Amino acid sequence: MDRNKTQIEDINRSIYDIHDKEAAAHQVERGLSKEIVTEISRYKDEPSWMLEARLASLETYHRLGLPKWGPSLHELNMEDIITYVKPNTDMKTSWEDIPEFIKNTFDRLGIPEAEKKALSGVGAQYDSEVVYHSIKEELLRQGVIYTDMGTALIEYEDIIKEHFMKLIPPSDHKFVALHGAVWSGGSFVYVPPNTEVRLPLQSYFRVNAPGAGQFEHTLIIVDKGSKVHFIEGCSAPKYNVLNLHAGCVELYVKEGASLRYSTIENWSRNMLNLNTKRAIVDKNGSIEWVSGTFGSRITMLYPMSILKGEGARSEYVGISFASEGQTLDTGTKVVHLAPNTYSTVNSRSISKKGGKATYRSSIVVTPEARDSKSSVICESLMLDSSCRSDTIPVMDIRNDAVDIGHEAKIGRISEEAIYYIMSRGISEAEARAMIVRGFAEPIAKELPLEYAVEMNRLIDIELEGSIG
Amino acid sequence: MTKLLEINNLHAAIDGKEIIRELNLSVNKGEVHVIMGPNGAGKSTLANVIMGYPHYTVTKGNIIFEEDDITEDRTDERAKKGIFLSFQNSEEVEGITVENFLRAAKGAITGQNISFVSFRKELMSVMSEIDFDSEYAHRYLNVGFSGGEKKKNEIVQMLVLNPKLAILDETDSGLDVDAVRAVSEGINRFRSKNNAIIIITHNTRLLSSVEPDYVHILADGRIMRTGDKSLAHEINEHGFTSLPLL
Repeated sequence: MDRNKTQIEDINRSIYDIHDKEAAAHQVERGLSKEIVTEISRYKDEPSWMLEARLASLETYHRLGLPKWGPSLHELNMEDIITYVKPNTDMKTSWEDIPEFIKNTFDRLGIPEAEKKALSGVGAQYDSEVVYHSIKEELLRQGVIYTDMGTALIEYEDIIKEHFMKLIPPSDHKFVALHGAVWSGGSFVYVPPNTEVRLPLQSYFRVNAPGAGQFEHTLIIVDKGSKVHFIEGCSAPKYNVLNLHAGCVELYVKEGASLRYSTIENWSRNMLNLNTKRAIVDKNGSIEWVSGTFGSRITMLYPMSILKGEGARSEYVGISFASEGQTLDTGTKVVHLAPNTYSTVNSRSISKKGGKATYRSSIVVTPEARDSKSSVICESLMLDSSCRSDTIPVMDIRNDAVDIGHEAKIGRISEEAIYYIMSRGISEAEARAMIVRGFAEPIAKELPLEYAVEMNRLIDIELEGSIG
Repeated sequence: MTKLLEINNLHAAIDGKEIIRELNLSVNKGEVHVIMGPNGAGKSTLANVIMGYPHYTVTKGNIIFEEDDITEDRTDERAKKGIFLSFQNSEEVEGITVENFLRAAKGAITGQNISFVSFRKELMSVMSEIDFDSEYAHRYLNVGFSGGEKKKNEIVQMLVLNPKLAILDETDSGLDVDAVRAVSEGINRFRSKNNAIIIITHNTRLLSSVEPDYVHILADGRIMRTGDKSLAHEINEHGFTSLPLL
């Protein structure tokens, strides 16, 4: 069925669940040890400071406990996870050079078409390593850097050393520490001052090996007065063993710069998605988070904005759709550190068939952040009575000269609205879908058109079979 | 005269409470019927029972539409057969524009793919005819609309979907003089030999510009009396309680 074929979803198992059987070129033993961490670093031929950082992170990992809040992570056993799986290819810059079995996967996901039509550059990661990276000529001439982190570590070592895990230190929590120890792959972006990147850059992350962990690191620096939109997409085929995703995203937004970071995540339902994302924003800079969370078994994801410079802004729009067997714990954190900073949060969650959707946020306004403004809206839609939806907003306001708004709504689909729509000849299933799509519309309209279409298809596929 | 709607000995209840009892009504193509009655008489219930609102249960009798028993039909099936209800309180639906909603509805009813361009043209022309700012086509369905704007939006939907039977539930209430005129112009434009209209109202404002063929008085879940236009004027002057048979 053509309508189920999408660029960024993996629900139609006939397309997305094809398990590529090709053997990996190199993979480490299951589990986590000093030897494994050292092996990853040696294999990747990294500078010695990186190996030291990895080993220090590993110690931090062992020192820290599991988070004492949020969904239970007891199912995760690190002894079962393979932390590094190198696909059977080196990184290519031409699509034709990629081995057939990997190319087929990305072809099915529509990556090359999207690249031709709507993107400035593309990165594609398969298990632990980036297998493809390309950037349009025009961007190279502008001095924009877009490459995989492995290459960046060699070619731009100083920049990486200065920024890598400085915004998100390994001591932050257990899974960041884990990331620091076994990270691999991801993208590095640098946009020089006063440069506007017109079309988005996109990185696509695909986990293929059963029981594998993906620990990609994304580092983006948008220099003064520049502008860029970065999109990440994620998927994996379904296995009956747990996979783990503990990526890390560090974003540096300099004075007057603006960065939009969009994510459409559609991991398979055996994925623990414990991702950490953070942006630090200088004077008059702006970060926009657009976040769509559809897949995974458990997600814990709270992109954080640190508004460091006067007049810095953060906007967060997020949607999650929790179905059977899923616990999606999402939200955001904003820290207002300077005067006249501004943040908005617009979060929506949909839950059905026993799915659990939790909105969790924290807004901190320090004494220095006078004349700041923050507005939080979170809405939940429950499609049946078996699901669960929680809203846990926290506000920590340390000065009086602020304007803070908060609005929360939890509701069900109104039977009157269904009747009204049906009275115009539309079937009950379509009436429900219309209402759900309408609920998601404020997020969909923030996405580039083709992604908005994809998101609506994801919602339609999620709704199939749930009506009746 | 072609018979369009026939209601035979209808009984309908909500939560076990009977609201409509022994109701008979016959509507032919080309006719305009007015149903008047005091508050709580069952007027809106009747409209919603004809449209098939699932909360009401038909306990006895049947509803025949174009010789087809529709008593058990779903609401969307009735709409596809050509029944339309202009709601007293229109629902607000977030995230879908009036234009997109109505294009989807027209597609569902006609079973055809509706061209974006020609539909927009048609919608704009209908909206301008009843003095409804075309800006509203791009707003979310009824969201934040005033009472009058919602009523105009109902009439726009009626004109675009072009049903065989239009039931207008209190379409004149809450409207200012200009809006009543715009709405009645819409109704008169719609009225034809090929369709019928049932106007449900508790006053006679709309009737100064829309000429009815029959006026029925509904009270206590039954049609108590049927007459012509003069019956409406009688009620306007003396009220419902003065009527014999009540």
